[in-house]
Amino acid sequence: MSTLEIRDLHVEVETESGPKEILRGVDLTVSSNETHAIMGPNGSGKSTLAYSIAGHPKYTVTKGQVLLDGEDVLEMAVDERARAGLFLAMQYPVEVPGVSMSNFLRSAATATRGEAPKVRHWVKEVKGAMSDLDIDPAFAERSVNEGFSGGEKKRHEVLQMSLLKPKIAVLDETDSGLDVDALRVVSKGVNDYKAASDVGILLITHYTRVLRYIAPDKVHVFVNGRVAESGGPELAEELETNGYERFTGAKEEQPA
Amino acid sequence: MTEPIAQTGGGTTTAPGAPVLDVDPGIKTASSPKTAPWEERHTSYDVESFEVPRGREEQWRFTPLRRLRGLHDGSASADGAVAVSVRAGFGDSATDLAGTGTRHETVGRDDPRLGDGGIPADRVAAQAWSSVEQVHVVTVNEARSDDEPLTITVTGPGAGETAYAHLQLRLEHHAEAVVVLDHRGSGTVAANTEFVVADGAKLEVVEVHDWADDAVYVGAQHLSVGRDATIRHTSVTLGGDLVRLSPVINYRAPGGDVELDGLYFADGGQHFEQRLLVDHSVENCRSRVMYKGALQGAEGGTAAHTVWIGDVLIRKAAEGTDTYELNRNLLLTDNARADSVPNLEIETGEILGAGHASATGRFDDEQLFYLMARGIPEAQARRLVVRGFFGEVIQKVRVPALRDRLEAAIEAELEVVGV
Ligand SMILES: Nc1ncnc2c1ncn2[C@@H]1O[C@H](COP(=O)(O)OP(=O)(O)OP(=O)(O)O)[C@@H](O)[C@H]1O
Ligand SMILES: [Mg+2]
Repeated sequence: MSTLEIRDLHVEVETESGPKEILRGVDLTVSSNETHAIMGPNGSGKSTLAYSIAGHPKYTVTKGQVLLDGEDVLEMAVDERARAGLFLAMQYPVEVPGVSMSNFLRSAATATRGEAPKVRHWVKEVKGAMSDLDIDPAFAERSVNEGFSGGEKKRHEVLQMSLLKPKIAVLDETDSGLDVDALRVVSKGVNDYKAASDVGILLITHYTRVLRYIAPDKVHVFVNGRVAESGGPELAEELETNGYERFTGAKEEQPA
Repeated sequence: MTEPIAQTGGGTTTAPGAPVLDVDPGIKTASSPKTAPWEERHTSYDVESFEVPRGREEQWRFTPLRRLRGLHDGSASADGAVAVSVRAGFGDSATDLAGTGTRHETVGRDDPRLGDGGIPADRVAAQAWSSVEQVHVVTVNEARSDDEPLTITVTGPGAGETAYAHLQLRLEHHAEAVVVLDHRGSGTVAANTEFVVADGAKLEVVEVHDWADDAVYVGAQHLSVGRDATIRHTSVTLGGDLVRLSPVINYRAPGGDVELDGLYFADGGQHFEQRLLVDHSVENCRSRVMYKGALQGAEGGTAAHTVWIGDVLIRKAAEGTDTYELNRNLLLTDNARADSVPNLEIETGEILGAGHASATGRFDDEQLFYLMARGIPEAQARRLVVRGFFGEVIQKVRVPALRDRLEAAIEAELEVVGV
């Protein structure tokens, strides 16, 4: 049983005109076997939250805490967070030319598992996971994300999650840019991993469509750098009908 | 893979008759010479016909002359010699050449074959040419199999000593050979290396410069390409205080096909310089140049410096030429400087293609973050990225054993610099 606790998290980025606060006190708790959906307008800070949990150097935490089973995540280096059981499926996965997908996956699995997986097992495991996600085996020899289509990148993010077996996974718009078939395949990948593990999931999305496949236990409306309202799946339906106006309009204006 | 911080497509690119120009978009002209180097290019065996370089000359402007220990001004005196060994096979399993169609001789500098590769074009090369006592000639008169590479090892004279060296590797008509040319050891060396590849012959050579920290090596490589001959030359520079290499490609007849690849990894205090001239003087020849460099200054200390000059000349007679050159540099730290100047001079419009590209970029933190976000420790992640950067060059080496040899050398270097 694992719990990721985010308490009063404030995060800044460096801009040309000085630091700019993007997260303004986020409170959120995700535990094993729970799926939380985060929905919010463009620019509200969802990716910032995801990156801050993963430890991207661009973001500076000015206040608050992130704890994984009581351990201070903010004290950990990026790789330590991953090895502690956190995973971020990125909105824009990075291309790494010259590094083959297979070499990368094996290096990552070796690091997160603490020992190199046995070759024969590993080959089978990767093949199986790739075929579950309808990924052509030829991708194993291609450079990480290089020249992958948007949808192919997203499939590979889910592939990595299923191989690295995190305790808590943050999926940042993993459903964006997927065609209907791919959405089904990728959702199934996530659900299979949910079924096979105790993973807790933080699913950032713009579309209720994906929530029909990956059923959330909770839905959070994210506006202006914090959680504006939390509720059950019905909250997503309300957003689908009414948009964010109720949250953006009524909430306090942020200082310019 | 790198975020480009500079792109140069320097030099003169003249194209009468508008040939196909495949030049990277976004190229801007950088610090290019006012006159193209070959216009004033002088070649001679006579050291006195070259002026003592002062540092302003186009040929020398990037080289810290003070670190040449007198190789350039006649004040160095040869008090040592390089050791040269030639074996068949790799490493411990290498055997001598007895009974093969390959011969190793030592001759005097008056041997009539010397100069078949090319003629010195700078003072240090001419100095070495006229001062050397013993020249090593390795002649291949057979089609050697890929599994039987020749390993030629050149060992420096030792710390504090200076040597002049001259090696000629000859591939006779239709001969074939895979060669590892290893340079190592200490001391100061000025050298000429000739690669004479006769009609229809095929040479694949990996030239490794993995000198000790004190070593200074200034070498001219003269490559002579016969009719329909093929050369794949991969130059690897990993160690030494200062290494300056000047390969010149001389096409002797149509149909020559040359790939010059290179890889260098400079750390704090090192100066690695590569000056290439591909002289397309006859028709229907091909050249491909791809050099990649990584630089890492010492932590909080001395900078690393690399220089890459790629001159490609397509003379009037060289119709049907097909050429492309590329240089990329990866700056792993801020205290590193990579100069990169491609020059392309085209005197005829009747060519198949000509292009050049050059880019220098910083280590990409997004790549590092991505790998680390999957649990891979920072040092290993950096290593993966650097290996990936060099991978393109290594993959071009056709013979697996040579590739392994190269990968091992890079791995060792990464270990040393702690990337
Ligand atoms: N370097 C920067 N300078 C200025 N503003 C920045 C910088 N980096 C991020 N921001 C701003 O931070 C805000 C939050 O960005 P973030 O990517 O977290 O939004 P998001 O909620 O994920 O949006 P989307 O739904 O479009 O993915 C945006 O307004 C963005 O422009
Ligand atoms: Mg986002």
